[in-house]
Amino acid sequence: MPRLPTPLTLPERKHNTRAGHGHADRDEGITSGPAPSRIVKRPMGPWQRRLRGEQATAWIFVSPSVLIVLGLSVVPVAWSLLLSFRADDLVTPSRWVGLDNYRALVQDPNFGQAVRNTLLYTALYVPLSIGLGLVLALVLNRRIRLVGLYRTLIFVPFVISATAQGVLFSFVLDPEFGVANSVLHELGVSPQGFLTDPGQALPVLVAISLWSGTGFCVVVILAALQDVPPSLTEAARLDGAGRWNLLRHVVLPALNPVLAFLLLWQTINALQVFDLVYVTTKGGPLGSTTLIVYFIWEQAFKNFTAGYGAAAAYALAVALLLVFLVPRLVRAARVRSRETHGLEGAAR
Amino acid sequence: MSATTSGYPSRSSARPAGSPPRRRVRLPFSAWHLLLTPLALVFAIPLIWLLLSSVMSDAEINRFPPALWPSGIDLGGYRYVLGNAMFPRWFANSLIVSVVAVASNLLLGALGGYAFARMRFAGSRVLLALMLATMAIPFQLTMIPTFLVMKRLGLIDTLGALIVPSLVTPFAVFLFRQFFLSLPRELEEAAWMDGCSRLRVLFLIVLPLSRPALGTVAVLTFLTTWNDLTWPLIAINHDTQYTLQLGLTTFQGQHHTHWSAVMAGNVITVLPVLLAFLFAQKSFIQSITSSGIKG
Repeated sequence: MPRLPTPLTLPERKHNTRAGHGHADRDEGITSGPAPSRIVKRPMGPWQRRLRGEQATAWIFVSPSVLIVLGLSVVPVAWSLLLSFRADDLVTPSRWVGLDNYRALVQDPNFGQAVRNTLLYTALYVPLSIGLGLVLALVLNRRIRLVGLYRTLIFVPFVISATAQGVLFSFVLDPEFGVANSVLHELGVSPQGFLTDPGQALPVLVAISLWSGTGFCVVVILAALQDVPPSLTEAARLDGAGRWNLLRHVVLPALNPVLAFLLLWQTINALQVFDLVYVTTKGGPLGSTTLIVYFIWEQAFKNFTAGYGAAAAYALAVALLLVFLVPRLVRAARVRSRETHGLEGAAR
Repeated sequence: MSATTSGYPSRSSARPAGSPPRRRVRLPFSAWHLLLTPLALVFAIPLIWLLLSSVMSDAEINRFPPALWPSGIDLGGYRYVLGNAMFPRWFANSLIVSVVAVASNLLLGALGGYAFARMRFAGSRVLLALMLATMAIPFQLTMIPTFLVMKRLGLIDTLGALIVPSLVTPFAVFLFRQFFLSLPRELEEAAWMDGCSRLRVLFLIVLPLSRPALGTVAVLTFLTTWNDLTWPLIAINHDTQYTLQLGLTTFQGQHHTHWSAVMAGNVITVLPVLLAFLFAQKSFIQSITSSGIKG
């Protein structure tokens, strides 16, 4: 916990006696101008005085961030909830409609499709990116020549914006002019629709995201791999553990926390994809790539039904909250049960 | 997958544990390269293709099958993008927004983080918990009301609408706080004893020791503000106020047959981040993993 450094010297100045500061303060006031070295022994009065000055300074330090962060999060969150009970076109005054937005949401086939698309996208992207990242990290964790170059090449796409990725891949995958189809043509494969084919568009988006997102998993897992204590692997090796057993019983358990983090992180990101969809498919063809954030944006800023969009956003937020909370609660419950078991064991 | 089996001496070969791996017999290089080179190429080729197509002539790009290698360097795309389109303006807009965001995240984040790390004040715990909790709020929940807030402030369609929400993130405050907590307190105490104000202690003693934290906040702030599309798309309508990302996607929509120009614009959009990454690769990767692990 943050602790105030104990002040040892103080300006020799009379300070105002303030009510409610106790004896130490008043004594100080009367005896005034104490030798600085003495104060160490009973720092109460000056300490509190300086603390009060500190309070003001601290508030000046934090107020800009507190104002901006809370002002642009807590206020909008509450406002969003209110909006979700209203019909609002962002221009004219809104009107209270109660739960109508939520009722409409449940019946809206487009919302249902957006939810299904988002779940499918997440179910494909999250395990693939982590799995691929794990394999690549394990391979790149060896001492091979050029390993630094490989790492760089695999990671570079991660810093490229989703916009740039989208523009690049709509060119590469253009059914008529794209290189992808001409390469396939050379290989004797018939031309594909890619992002224009309702059956392919979503998996293609997943592939683009894997191209850019796998590097992140690789880098995070590599950092964790380098933290696996060599003494541990060495000991396992001395005990005769083979390559596979070493991986299964030593390395993977050590990676558990990082893999759990990635699972959470990638899931949250996958549920919120927007930029890539906007740039490449705009939700099409036939709504096959309308992910939920795109749906919200479309409702609020294209169809000008902001209240409806806010209701959809709230539905998503609750889903995200569950993703956040459920593993935590499960873990907490598990820890608690382990602790009680442990205690029982100790008691025996 | 024969590469994986032949590349490493099998366990059965009885070499003492801990001895350096045996010298490869058949291949002059590790067999892992047979796996890694194609994989790395999968990641690199789209970017190489981006660069190549930006210097192709329109004739080369539009014929079928398209040329895989430009016959010469044709800067027509770049000339068009820099002359006829508003890319220079958009570049400047992006730069202004990103630089202001980085500077202000460093300043406000450090101030806030320092207060939370070292100073005791009423409500500090509650405030810190609240700030942390806001990191879990998904952006799409706040984007509609944030638009309405910015509209009331009269900032919509100005760079101000892009700058104000990115002035400081709870992440920056939290990262600075964690870093300051890890610093030894003695130096600060000495300065404080000599009557140094908190502000001077922060700027003269703490921040010079905080280069890793400053670097991480700068890198991640720059990356997220430069690359953002969602918020500019909502907050900006007029093309003089576009950022590069917004400009690029609009430009693509209007010129989707003029691919060399679109790709030239794309290179311009990507280049600053790419160069920054290549020059400061280590700190980029450290920033991203540290943020990832602390999450």
